[in-house]
Amino acid sequence: MRTTTLRLGVTLTACAALVAACSSSTNSGGGTTAPVPSQQEPLASLGNGEGQLNLVSWPGYAEDGSNDPKVDWVHPFEQQTGCKVNIKIGNTSDEMVQLMRTGQYDGVSASGDATLRLIYAGDVAPVNTTLVPNYDTISAFLKDQEWNSVDGKMFGIPHGWGANLLMYNTDVVKDAPDSWGAVFPGAAEYKGKVTAYDSPIYIADAALYLSKTKPELGIKNPYALTSEQLDAATELLKVQHGNIGEYWSDYTKAVQAFESGTSVIGTSWQVIANMLTTDDKIKIATVLPKEGSTGWSDTWMVSSKAAHPNCMYKWMDYITSPTVNAQVAEYFGEAPAQTKACEFTSDKNFCATFHATDADYAKRISYWTTPQKKCVDGSGDNCTAYSEWVDKWQQIKG
Amino acid sequence: MITAGRSSHRFRSRLSLAFLLIPPLAWLIVVYLGSLAVLLVSALWSTNSFTGAVVRTFTGDNIVRVLTDAVFRAATLRTVGIALAVTLICITLAVPLALYMAKVASPRVRLALVVAVTTPLWASYLVKAYAWRMLLSGQGPLAWVAGYTPGYGLVATVLTLTYLWLPYMVIPVFAAFERVPEDLIDASSDLGASGWTTLRTVMTPLVFPGIAAGSIFTFSLSMGDYIAVTIVGGKTQMLGNIIYGQLVTANNQPLAAALSLIPLFAIIGYLLAMRRTGALENV
Repeated sequence: MRTTTLRLGVTLTACAALVAACSSSTNSGGGTTAPVPSQQEPLASLGNGEGQLNLVSWPGYAEDGSNDPKVDWVHPFEQQTGCKVNIKIGNTSDEMVQLMRTGQYDGVSASGDATLRLIYAGDVAPVNTTLVPNYDTISAFLKDQEWNSVDGKMFGIPHGWGANLLMYNTDVVKDAPDSWGAVFPGAAEYKGKVTAYDSPIYIADAALYLSKTKPELGIKNPYALTSEQLDAATELLKVQHGNIGEYWSDYTKAVQAFESGTSVIGTSWQVIANMLTTDDKIKIATVLPKEGSTGWSDTWMVSSKAAHPNCMYKWMDYITSPTVNAQVAEYFGEAPAQTKACEFTSDKNFCATFHATDADYAKRISYWTTPQKKCVDGSGDNCTAYSEWVDKWQQIKG
Repeated sequence: MITAGRSSHRFRSRLSLAFLLIPPLAWLIVVYLGSLAVLLVSALWSTNSFTGAVVRTFTGDNIVRVLTDAVFRAATLRTVGIALAVTLICITLAVPLALYMAKVASPRVRLALVVAVTTPLWASYLVKAYAWRMLLSGQGPLAWVAGYTPGYGLVATVLTLTYLWLPYMVIPVFAAFERVPEDLIDASSDLGASGWTTLRTVMTPLVFPGIAAGSIFTFSLSMGDYIAVTIVGGKTQMLGNIIYGQLVTANNQPLAAALSLIPLFAIIGYLLAMRRTGALENV
């Protein structure tokens, strides 16, 4: 027995040594050097489709009729282009970054808190916008922004943008809240039935609330937090944790939790509200609170290792075409990136409701972006990086 | 002539033995020990703080953090606690059931019970976990019948895991009881021992290896679980959730690797403890 253990130990050590030897020969530089974006050249000309397309998508962005038979824009695309679409749903930006890093997908609907991470890790390639005809008529305030371009090169095609909403069960929450305070200091009223988004980026929601209610903290941008500001947001979320029933990151779990009454109030997306109202089992309402909200501005990006780049370009053009972009935007509940989409929405006031072409309104939403040491609002170099947010988030959840 | 024939025969039998042994040995060394080695090594790497890409320079920071961070310590204690609770409840339920199945029940009832114990293994893990989510829900059947439900949390997690792993405890304990010879029990009662004394002094030592084997299953399966707890655990976090969070959310593979050494050592520790009791010698 003893000799066997010894042999096992020797083998294990040998394996470890082998792996260590192999890894040190492929040492890819230290963490001190500044990251550089992908230097890959964009696709020069468009060829025929490759017959397949593997996408990482937010729920609701690539609907093939499996959730609601009437909601299907994937099959028409397949018929038009011959590209069979395989969809992998990403529930959080972190999950999407992880999935894209495998190199098995052709493209991703990346939010602003994933885009720069993808660009600087070389996971996505620049896009030749001349190969995407519908790009011309996309809202100007979404082009060449800091979250989707580097050095004047566009790294994707804007898709749409919107705000995270406060959702509540109207049978339980009767006073129609209009402030995020309902899930922070007011959460105790619904103790054990409050829900929140299970991602470190949710810290920004607390920071946004603090920026309005505690001006002495001096929070200007919820993604550019100093250590003290991050600690204040963490404190607020630790108090909230006591009232949380469960967190959600899988949107189907959020739907189920609201349906069963496990959750009655919390942050949500319009697409979740839509799924609850189609079932009609439960009465819910959504509101954009008076403090404003965090939100997203999403961009379809093409992988630097895409096996089906032509199909991906066709998809980016298709999804931003006026009719389809209108369909997606109405289903998901967000402002379409395509200005011409406003003519094709079934609700003629849709673009007005979502302020789709209103650049000033778009500026008031705090879009998800990756927090960095170098403050994202350019206010200095003393901000907290996303890795610190992750640690704080694990402390909050305990 | 004869010696040559014999040596070629010996050579051939060695060759066939090698053929038989190489695949499992290769599996053990390359896949199993190899992946453990990769885990050990990658725990010593770090990541780029902005892109999350792995940086292959050696550092002990992850290990130090795993050992010192209060969050990780709390999650470790919680997970070991859950695993021990699940194991103890499984033993409490399985021992009388297995004793009845092996020594009391008629062959027909015994067969029915064996089928009943193993049937849940045919259903998918997720189906069973979601069934418990429904069962324990505020408007679920339990609340309707009993007027009380523990709700989603630590208790629900222990209940669900106990349900999931119970067959893995019942089967080895049942097999162990079945192997206890009838004449030992008869001899014990002939010598005047009560049923309880027979159980305690004759059966328990013979059945203990079975209980130990079952407890290794329930303990290690509970240590590694992170799915049931996300379904019925409310906001409870187990070690598996933290490892998953570090890997997928934080994109910090090295720290995840360092964290996964905790359940590895917990299970090795449990195995060594079982070995000390002598339970593994006759299995």
